[in-house]
Amino acid sequence: MPREEPAFKIKNSNLPVLILHLKTPDLEQVKQQLETRLKQMPDFFAHTPIVLGLTDLADAESALDFVDLLAFMQTNRMHAAGIQGGSPAQQEAATKAGLGLIPTTPQRPAPIVETEQAPEPVPEIRPAPSPHYVGPAQPDLPGLEIEADAAPAIPPEQPAPVETRPTLVIDKPVRTGQRIYAEGANLVVLAIVNAGAELIADGDIHIYAPLRGRALAGARGNTAARIYVQSMEAELVAIAGYFQVFDEGIPDTVRGKFSQIFLEGEKVVINPISSKR
Amino acid sequence: MPKIIVVTSGKGGVGKTTTSASFASGLALRGNKTVVIDFDVGLRNLDLIMGCERRVVYDIINVINNEVSLKQALIKDKHCDNLYVLPASQTRDKDALNLEAVGRILDELKESFDCIVCDSPAGIEHGAFSAMYYADEALIVTNPEVSSVRDSDRILGILAAKSKRAVEGLDPVKEHLLVTRYDPKRVAAGEMLSVDDIQEILRIPLIGVIPESESVLQASNSGTPAIHLEKSDVAEAYRDLVARFMGDEVPMRFTTAEKAGFLKRLFGGR
Repeated sequence: MPREEPAFKIKNSNLPVLILHLKTPDLEQVKQQLETRLKQMPDFFAHTPIVLGLTDLADAESALDFVDLLAFMQTNRMHAAGIQGGSPAQQEAATKAGLGLIPTTPQRPAPIVETEQAPEPVPEIRPAPSPHYVGPAQPDLPGLEIEADAAPAIPPEQPAPVETRPTLVIDKPVRTGQRIYAEGANLVVLAIVNAGAELIADGDIHIYAPLRGRALAGARGNTAARIYVQSMEAELVAIAGYFQVFDEGIPDTVRGKFSQIFLEGEKVVINPISSKR
Repeated sequence: MPKIIVVTSGKGGVGKTTTSASFASGLALRGNKTVVIDFDVGLRNLDLIMGCERRVVYDIINVINNEVSLKQALIKDKHCDNLYVLPASQTRDKDALNLEAVGRILDELKESFDCIVCDSPAGIEHGAFSAMYYADEALIVTNPEVSSVRDSDRILGILAAKSKRAVEGLDPVKEHLLVTRYDPKRVAAGEMLSVDDIQEILRIPLIGVIPESESVLQASNSGTPAIHLEKSDVAEAYRDLVARFMGDEVPMRFTTAEKAGFLKRLFGGR
């Protein structure tokens, strides 16, 4: 008997979605303000699936009339796909109204370019391997390798599933005090990264200019992430939490040179890249 | 179109107020109706450098609090006709600078002035932020030493991310590098960063180099902006700066050590 062709396939996927965070249980007020917003930007929500964020309302006593809210959204071309957060009573009301329950994920900052009061993306970065770091490499090491010795014994956690997001491209100088985080993405920087600036990416980092600040690739534990830098002058580089500082200066083999930085076991290796290949 | 220009640096003591006074005077001397505002609330200095400290009755905080009109608080400069000073308050602190009210004052000044020069306090806190928020252009005052350069870098980052132009997605604030207290001899001796070193780090266009000079101190103490000094390289350097700002092509001066002449070498002297 011929095997039947599968009629469907289940795949896991991460899709961007708009979350409409409700700040008040007063749905009349929500509707009123939404209407004003829709007048300014009629196409803003056009048929995109929307998740209702109820995290702020979890303590609210009043029941939410989802049926009425859904009708309002429908007439305004908004499609509610489900809810996130909220109290058990609210979740029950929502499922009755035909909405899905979407589990709350820990909040993470979106790719950000900011100067001050950065919401620390640090929880994703593995803790630095404590005071064990050793600065500069022994120059007599064969093979141009630079080793961070005594790297931590703790193996890195399972790498988080890699989301594919568009590469974050920065074309202006990254200055002291600025931090750029490419969440779930690679990072390309086309201008100088000055001392005191910080680049973080969950994927690879490419810098087509001098790197004088810090660069941390594979911030969520991707040990295969690499850093490519046109002129290696960094204060600190890290791959998946294993880092290397340059207390006594950057070794001559790579200083000011086009270099790549990657992880070999628990060693941070910095090699010059020859253009004559 | 009236311009708002902030004179800022991050670091203190690099010459922001000296530059604000001379730059504003220079703009006025070239026929621009100019006002210079002291944003250093609590550490009022600009009025001293401009020599108008005895005529300060009201200040910017009085205007912000709607206690007096802007006209009442503006002080006419004694050296130039086109120049007015809006002094800071000595008794209040910088938290009194309400961003919205500052915007209102600047809008009102725009109606009658061509150039509005904002003298920023040091630091990156509220005072400095209020001075730079509305700026169209920025003079980044930097001394040839690493800490000053790094602080300037920080300020440039804030200008590019937090100024009104950045927040509203308009054209970015136009940045100009002004290197002050430059001593070519010490640069040649490797004791100071060179202009090229500074530009290599900051990567913004250079608009002027002001040489280190004792006459700046004398000028401040006598309440005369340095640009009015006679036979002074500092005054000439500030005039060059203003000319470049107005769009003139002026070659850079005072960037290389002067070769001591024969007589000078023979008799020493300076």
